Amino acid sequence: MTSLAADVVTSRAGSRTLRGFAELATAVADAAGDPAWLADLRRAAVARFADVGLPGSKDEEWRFTPLQGLAALQFNAPGPAMPVAIVDLAPFLLGMPGWPLLVVVDGYVDRRLSRIGTLPPGATFGSLADAIAIGHPLVERHLGHHAPVDASAFTAVNAALVRDGAFVHVGAGVALQEPLHVLYVATDGAAGSIVAPRMLTVLDRGAQATVIETFVHLGHARGTPRPQLTDICAEIVLGESARLEHTRLQRESLATYHVGFTAVDQARASHYRSFALALGGRLSRHNLHARLGGANIETLLYGLYVARGEQLVDSHTAIFHDHPDCRSWEVYKGVLAERARGVFNGKVIVRPEAQRTDAKQTNRNLLLGDEARIDTKPQLEIFADDVKCTHGATVGKLDDQQRYYMRSRGIAGRAVEVLLITAFVAEVVAEITQPQVREALEALVYAEMNALIA
Amino acid sequence: MMALLEIVDLHANAGDAEILRGVSLTVDAGEVHAIMGPNGSGKSTLAQVLAGHPAYRVTRGTVTFAGHDLLDMEPEERAHAGLFLAFQYPVEIPGVTNAYFLRTAYNAIRKARGLDELDPMDFLDLLEDRLRVVEWGPEIMERAVNAGFSGGEKKRNEILQMAVLEPTLAVLDETDSGLDIDALRIVAKGVNALRRPDRATVLVTHYQRLLNYIVPDRVHVLSGGRIVKSGGKELAHELEERGYEWLTGTGDAESVTAPAASYAATASPVPAAP
Ligand SMILES: Nc1ncnc2c1ncn2[C@@H]1O[C@H](COP(=O)(O)OP(=O)(O)OP(=O)(O)O)[C@@H](O)[C@H]1O
Ligand SMILES: [Mg+2]
Repeated sequence: MTSLAADVVTSRAGSRTLRGFAELATAVADAAGDPAWLADLRRAAVARFADVGLPGSKDEEWRFTPLQGLAALQFNAPGPAMPVAIVDLAPFLLGMPGWPLLVVVDGYVDRRLSRIGTLPPGATFGSLADAIAIGHPLVERHLGHHAPVDASAFTAVNAALVRDGAFVHVGAGVALQEPLHVLYVATDGAAGSIVAPRMLTVLDRGAQATVIETFVHLGHARGTPRPQLTDICAEIVLGESARLEHTRLQRESLATYHVGFTAVDQARASHYRSFALALGGRLSRHNLHARLGGANIETLLYGLYVARGEQLVDSHTAIFHDHPDCRSWEVYKGVLAERARGVFNGKVIVRPEAQRTDAKQTNRNLLLGDEARIDTKPQLEIFADDVKCTHGATVGKLDDQQRYYMRSRGIAGRAVEVLLITAFVAEVVAEITQPQVREALEALVYAEMNALIA
Repeated sequence: MMALLEIVDLHANAGDAEILRGVSLTVDAGEVHAIMGPNGSGKSTLAQVLAGHPAYRVTRGTVTFAGHDLLDMEPEERAHAGLFLAFQYPVEIPGVTNAYFLRTAYNAIRKARGLDELDPMDFLDLLEDRLRVVEWGPEIMERAVNAGFSGGEKKRNEILQMAVLEPTLAVLDETDSGLDIDALRIVAKGVNALRRPDRATVLVTHYQRLLNYIVPDRVHVLSGGRIVKSGGKELAHELEERGYEWLTGTGDAESVTAPAASYAATASPVPAAP
């Protein structure tokens, strides 16, 4: 294993590698005490990354998201995590105090901060490392199969480095009432390093759950935090007629590079509903891929990205309609201020057998500065003939008539802009069905909009 | 006594085109004035210049409102000073509820006047009271401002806003156009409810009909960017019978007997999502 990782360094053209990755991968491989299947996965991941390296500007998937900044960084082994107290987490908690909470600090589950409570029989929520250690059969069956190492350079990096994360399993017919919250905390201890947790969520036939993933940064050090890479994979497997509401909040420090890959595999008649909020790091990229592996599936993707300053925020979604009679509905909105850049790419791929597909995709963007920019690209590939597929992308500025109308009613200054921007984003936030989560996010988004205009 | 509104020799351009060509008009507190005139004569332009629409440039003249130099004020400052314009084409604001919009506007005006903001519960009471004026149930408050409202509903919503904000001077730009008879009665009720000796109303209208409900003290005819005739309420009857030709010489009688009652959808760069 050691020699394999070392090969990476010598076989690679220096500019396209992730500096320090090979050493980190070697350390993980040496230390982890992995079961054979995981050791194999790591080996394949290291080999894969050695093969492809970091995507360059010629890679169509990364055309608008340059990674030179990331390639220039040197990554080292993480330092000890900063001490995190329960009170530090208060600003990031959602809903009721009793809701199950799994806290992942710098890539490792922190048992002291987590509180799972009592789940109904048939439900598991806990550390991925624990599930691996006890040889949970679902982990071996699914890990790396939905977000495989060749899905992206970063799924390979994650597979090579992952040590822990979240494991969710909801047995057949079990409906969880309370949302499961996975709170990923990056501390200053992870500065200059790569944090690579993974989530595996499996809902058996007819199971129902709500999962929230939150990514935050807790900085104790003064000044600008040092850059860090969060490379997260989430693999989500929905059995027949299972229902999952998935909320993802990315609100890390402005020094963070965040690359996330969420792979959702859906069986017949299942329902997946996602709300992804990206408040950006230095650069944040999220791939959300849903494979509709049976008939009568419903897939609803809502997203909101907000960025300012020099931030870049990139949302890539892909919906694979492989079977007939499925419905996918997607609305992503973006607000970009100052010199921020947004990227949206929405693939909808309808195979010949996927007749009577009903797919609608919408991407709307609000640019608040002359230097803000969005590259948006709907990408519909439709090979079936009896389908209803539409897409629309818009880019606009705040409407002068609306502004004037508000001012004529006495609303002045920043309030006008905050109200109009909030109105623009309200529509997607309203799609979060869990009321307490929705209210919390409305407040968060409102505060964010206020800060944007300040 | 000083007039509430005094317009003297007002000239205004839209781009290079001169639309207002020397309007003079004095409105005293307690009065209702009606402004009539053919399509395109500048009635909405006058109303919008008063409200401070940035598309118009005043090239000459003065406007004094309650002792302020109105033309020197921002649109929101005019609202704070007690001016209200009911738009001919009210603007849709998807995503902002009527309730939130009205409370924000109400409190913005109070704040500008150095008053405490009204808390949501007290505001709700006020709102309930004003909803009665326009004979609306509370459901309307949870809908986005004017979004998807019918033409008549938008006009009624302008009257609701006026009833809540209680302006000293309300300018109503064709609020009666396109209304059914019940809605017309409600608009009139809203205006009459607001009447007080220290307030005034300017009604831009094409119809004598409205003036049966709200009896004006003065009626003015605007044509070609000027007030070409002023008179008492009987002038409105005369116009209804004779059209504008006898005043303008060039007027199109059609425009009086069959005025446009359409409502332009407001273009938004961010159209409402499906
Ligand atoms: N922003 C603008 N840019 C260019 N021309 C304008 C603008 N606003 C108004 N005009 C022109 O000025 C003239 C007067 O328009 P205005 O809307 O004031 O008429 P009006 O008297 O209100 O008519 P109506 O009875 O049809 O409502 C019209 O010829 C119109 O086209
Ligand atoms: Mg008009």
